[in-house]
Amino acid sequence: MENITLSVHNLKKVIGKKEIIKGISFELREGEVFGFLGPNGAGKTTTIRMLVGLIKPTSGSIHIGGYNIVDHFEEAMKHLGCIVENPELYPYLSGYDNLLHFARMLDGIGEQRISEVTELVGLRDRIHDKVKTYSLGMRQRLGIAQALLGRPKVLILDEPTNGLDPAGIREMREFIRFLAEEEGLSVLVSSHLLSEIQLLCDRVAIISRGTVITTDTVDNLLSNRERVVWRFHPLEKGKEVLGSLTAIEEREDGTITTEYDEIKTAEWNKKLVEAEVSVTEMYRKMPVLEDLFLELTGGDSIE
Amino acid sequence: MNKLIQNEMMKLIAKKRLVVIAIIIGILVALFTYAQFKENERQREKLGTDDWRTIIQQTIIDQQNRISSPRISDEWKQQLQIALQQNQYYLDHDINPSEPGAPTFMRIFLENSIELFIPLMVMVIASDIVSSEHSQGSIKLLLTRPVKRWKVLLSKYITLILAISLIVAIAGLLSYSISGLVFGYKGWGAPVLTGFSVTDAGLNTASVKLIDQWQFLLMDFGLVWLVAIVVGTLSFMLSVLIRSTAAGMGVMLAALIAGAILSNMVSSWESAKYFFMVNLKLTNYMNGNPPPIEGMTLSFSMMVLLIWWAAGLFVSFYVFTKKDVY
Ligand SMILES: Nc1ncnc2c1ncn2[C@@H]1O[C@H](COP(=O)(O)OP(=O)(O)OP(=O)(O)O)[C@@H](O)[C@H]1O
Ligand SMILES: [Mg+2]
Repeated sequence: MENITLSVHNLKKVIGKKEIIKGISFELREGEVFGFLGPNGAGKTTTIRMLVGLIKPTSGSIHIGGYNIVDHFEEAMKHLGCIVENPELYPYLSGYDNLLHFARMLDGIGEQRISEVTELVGLRDRIHDKVKTYSLGMRQRLGIAQALLGRPKVLILDEPTNGLDPAGIREMREFIRFLAEEEGLSVLVSSHLLSEIQLLCDRVAIISRGTVITTDTVDNLLSNRERVVWRFHPLEKGKEVLGSLTAIEEREDGTITTEYDEIKTAEWNKKLVEAEVSVTEMYRKMPVLEDLFLELTGGDSIE
Repeated sequence: MNKLIQNEMMKLIAKKRLVVIAIIIGILVALFTYAQFKENERQREKLGTDDWRTIIQQTIIDQQNRISSPRISDEWKQQLQIALQQNQYYLDHDINPSEPGAPTFMRIFLENSIELFIPLMVMVIASDIVSSEHSQGSIKLLLTRPVKRWKVLLSKYITLILAISLIVAIAGLLSYSISGLVFGYKGWGAPVLTGFSVTDAGLNTASVKLIDQWQFLLMDFGLVWLVAIVVGTLSFMLSVLIRSTAAGMGVMLAALIAGAILSNMVSSWESAKYFFMVNLKLTNYMNGNPPPIEGMTLSFSMMVLLIWWAAGLFVSFYVFTKKDVY
C-alpha cells in the first residue's frame, strides 16, 4: 500500500470577511507528483501557504509525515521542503552561505549534505558566488537545493517553472520526475499551465474559486473524455445527419467534434456514408487539459 | 539557538551596516574633535599659554579664604569645598580644565549623543532586522523551517542586543582614540560632580559629591546602553509590525525628533513625560540639568523606559508568532 505523506482535510481560510479557501481535501502519496491546477486567483498559493505554516487555517487540518502542522510544527516541518512563489534567498550572501544558513536550522545537516545537494542541482561551479549575480534559473535551482537539504518526504513547489525558458522547463520537469521516481519524494506542484501539469504529474486536483472541482489521475481524466474529430463533404448535409444522432460541436476550421464510443462511432460513420456524405477525415483525439478545464469550470477564466 | 544567532550575525555582517555605522561615528568624532581643538586654540590666545595655572591658583586661594570665613553658611561652604577639590586636582595633574583630555571628550560626546545620535545608529540596524526578511521574501523560507517562530525572533533580538552593545562600544572607543590624538589620553581620574537631585524647591545639592571620571563614564555608558536598548527594542517592534523598512525608520525617526523638540520646549503639557522619547536624556540627571518636565527624575525616566521596553518586546513576540505571512 502506498504511504500517505501529506493529508489535507477540509481546509478553509477566511481573510477579512471573504472565504478564499472553501474546504479543500486531498492526499499525497509517496513517490508521486501531484498537480495543483487552477486559474489565477483560484487559491493555489493561499493553500500552499497554509500547508507550509505561513498562514493559519481558519479550520481544517494538515498532516505532514503524520504530524499535525499546528500542534507539532517542528516535527511536521522536518519532513517538508518548499518554495513558495519565487525562491527568495539572501542576495547578499553566496549560494553556499545561503545553504549553510538553512542547514543550521536543521538538526544534523552539515557540510556533506550541502555539497550533496549542490551537486544534485548542478550548481557546484557557482556556489561561492553571491546570489545577486545568479540568473533566475540558478536561483530556482538553489531554491530547490535549499528545499532538499533536510531530506524531506514532501516537496512543495509553487509554480516551479515560472520564468524559466523551454529548456529550463524541461530540465526542471525531468528533475522533479527524478525526485519522485528515484528518491521517492511526494511532490506537490502548482501551476496554471495545463500542459505542464499534463506532462509532469501523476495525479491532479483541479481547483477553482477556492474549491477542488475534481481530483483524479491525469490518465483517467483524459481517457474519459476522448473525442472524435470529423471532416466531411458536403458540410451542411453531414452536420444534419450527424446532429440527429449525437451532440456535435463545430470548429472554425470546418471540423466537427463528437464524443467517442467504440461502437457508436462506427455506426455514425456508416449513416453518413449511406447519406452520401463523404468522410474525408476521422480521428480520435485525447483532450488537452485546457478543454477539460473549461468543461469543468464552466469557462472560468484561465490564462 | 547558537546556530540561529550565528545565522543572524552572518547576515548582519554581510550587510556591512556595522561598518557604515562605525565610519559615521568616526567622521562625527573627528569633526567634533576639530571643533573642540579650534575652541581651545581661541581660549589659549585669549589667556596666554600658561596663564591657566596662575588663574586656578588664584581661584583656589580665593576659595580657601571664603571657606574659612565664619559668616558663610554650611551649605555654601560644602559647595566651595567641592569646587576647590576639583581645581586642586586640575592643578596637581597639570590638566587645563578648559582643555579636556580624551576621557572628558568621550564623556561629553556620550552625553550629547544619547538623545539622538546613538538612537539613530541603533535604529538603522533594528528597523531592518525583521522587515528586510519581509521585503526580500526570505521570511517564507525562514518560517517554514522546523524552528518555532519565537526562537527565530529571539535569535534576532539577541543579535540586536549584541549589535547595540557593539555600537556603544565603538562610539566609546572611537571618541576616545580619535580625540586622544589631539588632546592626549589623560584625565581618567579627573573629579566630576554628581549626585544632584531636583526637587520642588529647585536644585538640591545636599548630596552632591565628587567622583572619578572613570566611574562617571561607567555610569554614562550604562545609561547610553540602556537608552540604546530601549530605542532598539521599539524599532525592532516597528520592524515586526511594518513590512517596509523605510516606513519603520520613518516612524521611529519622527518619534525621536519629536522627543528632542518636546524636551527643549519648556513643556506645560505634563503627561508628555510618559512618552519614551522625552525620557532619553538620562545623563542630564547626573549633571544636574533641569528635566524637560517638572517632576521627572532618573528613576521615573528609567521606569518609563522600562515599561516601553517591556511593551515593545511583548508586542513584537506576540505579533510575530501569531501573524499570517503573505
Ligand atoms: N492577503 C490577502 N488578503 C485578501 N485576499 C487575498 C489575500 N491573498 C490572496 N487573496 C485572494 O485570494 C485569492 C486566491 O489567491 P492565490 O494567491 O491563492 O491565487 P493563486 O491560485 O495562487 O493564483 P496565481 O495563479 O495567480 O498565483 C485571490 O482572489 C486573492 O485576491
Ligand atoms: Mg500563486
